[in-house]
Amino acid sequence: MMLRIILKVALASLWSNRLRSVLAMLGIIIGVCAVICVLALVAGAHDRMMTRIASMGTNLLVISPGQRGSGGVMSGSQQNLTLADAIALKDVAQIRDIAPLVRGSAQVKHFSKNSRSTVMGTSVTYFRIRSFDIDKGRLFTDADCDAMSRVAVIGPTTAQNLFGAQEACNQTIKLNGINFHVIGVLKSKGDQGWFNPDDQVIIPFSVAMKQVLGLKSVHEIDIRAYEETQLTTVQTAVTQLLRKRHRLQPDTANDFNVRNQADMLDMASSFNQTLTLLAGGIASVSLLVGGIGIMNIMLVTVTERTREIGVRKAIGAKNRDILRQFLIEAVLMSGTGGLIGVGVGVSIAHILRAVSSIQTSVSAFSILLGLGFSSAVGIFFGYYPARRAAQLDPIEALRYE
Amino acid sequence: MIEADSLIRTYLLGGQTVRALDGVSLRIQSGEMVAIRGPSGSGKTSLMNILGCLDRPDSGRYILGGEDVSRLTGDRLAEIRCSRIGFVFQNFNLLPRMSALENVELPLLYAGRHEGAQIAAAKAMQIVGLEDRMHHLPSQLSGGQCQRVAIARAIVNDPAIVLADEPTGALDSRTGQEILQLFKALNAEGRTIIVVTHDLGVARHCQREIFLRDGKVTVPDILEQAVPAGVAP
Repeated sequence: MMLRIILKVALASLWSNRLRSVLAMLGIIIGVCAVICVLALVAGAHDRMMTRIASMGTNLLVISPGQRGSGGVMSGSQQNLTLADAIALKDVAQIRDIAPLVRGSAQVKHFSKNSRSTVMGTSVTYFRIRSFDIDKGRLFTDADCDAMSRVAVIGPTTAQNLFGAQEACNQTIKLNGINFHVIGVLKSKGDQGWFNPDDQVIIPFSVAMKQVLGLKSVHEIDIRAYEETQLTTVQTAVTQLLRKRHRLQPDTANDFNVRNQADMLDMASSFNQTLTLLAGGIASVSLLVGGIGIMNIMLVTVTERTREIGVRKAIGAKNRDILRQFLIEAVLMSGTGGLIGVGVGVSIAHILRAVSSIQTSVSAFSILLGLGFSSAVGIFFGYYPARRAAQLDPIEALRYE
Repeated sequence: MIEADSLIRTYLLGGQTVRALDGVSLRIQSGEMVAIRGPSGSGKTSLMNILGCLDRPDSGRYILGGEDVSRLTGDRLAEIRCSRIGFVFQNFNLLPRMSALENVELPLLYAGRHEGAQIAAAKAMQIVGLEDRMHHLPSQLSGGQCQRVAIARAIVNDPAIVLADEPTGALDSRTGQEILQLFKALNAEGRTIIVVTHDLGVARHCQREIFLRDGKVTVPDILEQAVPAGVAP
């Protein structure tokens, strides 16, 4: 009953100052909207990463260089994984395929068409390990790698970008100014979040390292074992071999990482957590700003309605009645802002998903988080103005013009 | 039932102490209709604030219905205002965003009487003769109607005293007369009514008057004397 009248007055007051209320809510709206969108993006990327990792097979190991730096300060990857390491791994018995990998970005050109794409330098085993299938033409061979042939296998998106409806095979493209012969187009695998496997140019590692990217070390070595059950044995063998090759003392840590699918999933999860925390940071800053906006408007409202407060007190309102009235108004304002923010955020996430290839996934958790936080902000920042209203002297308030 | 004993109230105005009430003693019986009259600056507003439990005297005692309320604070005073005092103001002071009925309901809600509040409020509206205007907003009512709503609000909690501060000050004389007649009718039903005014004509409607000058109860000058009610001037 009381609540009905309080809500009615609060709504009427917000409505009669529509523009002002919306401006005051803007901070909250943007904050909540940002939370929803960022969390939706993170969750979407995470989902894709998970499917990608899950699809890479359970008998795969990925070796990558260790992090540089000391004392917990990481500063990029070391450059200590070499082609020789990859070749030496052939001695491990249970390994079925080994593929060294270098990555970079390069200007890809075909006459006037030109795009920036990922360039991968690897061996033919890579296609087997990562289960790429050829759509047209052929893959390059070990002989191509040895002979440093300037041949390229391209993804379907790259082919579309450069050649449109034209046949891509047997065309010539320029990678950083060097001519390459397109010998094959891959089948589409679908966008996978952070990078699109359909938009890449794959060339023999030897050419990539020496001529296109200018690298002496490799970024990754992918290994496929014969059986999933041998994975632990392979992991141990690979670690021992690389430690020996890198001449590591028994008491020093590995300067490389050997990860299996489970490790990758863990990594993806912790990455997801970091991003979620980041989103939380953005949220708290904008909600703080939004809260200050609401406090400001509530202070103005209290001043404007001083006389009303005096009347309410004269007819018997206690301090806590006044406190409750203004607190509810503040929470109503921030809560409405939160609701609008959720609405806008969810719409943006859906629109992004509909019109672009960016994957988003709105979770109930993020909506509850947004609404909960915005209401909490209303209570926190509405309390001071409400208390000021509650403590007004009734005589002074009644006399206020 | 109202007993005030040497009330003193001082204010600090621009570094100077102003004695608004300088030892006011008075006694008002239950069921009386009394005017508190005086020129501006005589302290009648200060007296009304204390009698209405909006303020406390610096010294002196104020006994309302047998209870000394002169030393009570904040929320206790609010409870007394809520249950035992009804206010009627010069400019009505209705809350603009609530309907007439909701305005009348408000004291009941502050008193915690949620049950049947709407019915009680409607009954009060009936007493002041506005049963067909219950769902109008104050802005849709005339001055006289607003004051009637304010009176309904003042009596809805069935208070011991109705305190009216210049209740006709913002009304034309004909409407003012109607409001005074309404007060008289309420008084005839046994309610205690205190009208604070500077207006001789208003005071004339009351059974007696308490005249204030310079913060003291006194006898008005010959020229200021009220003609006893019922006799033409």
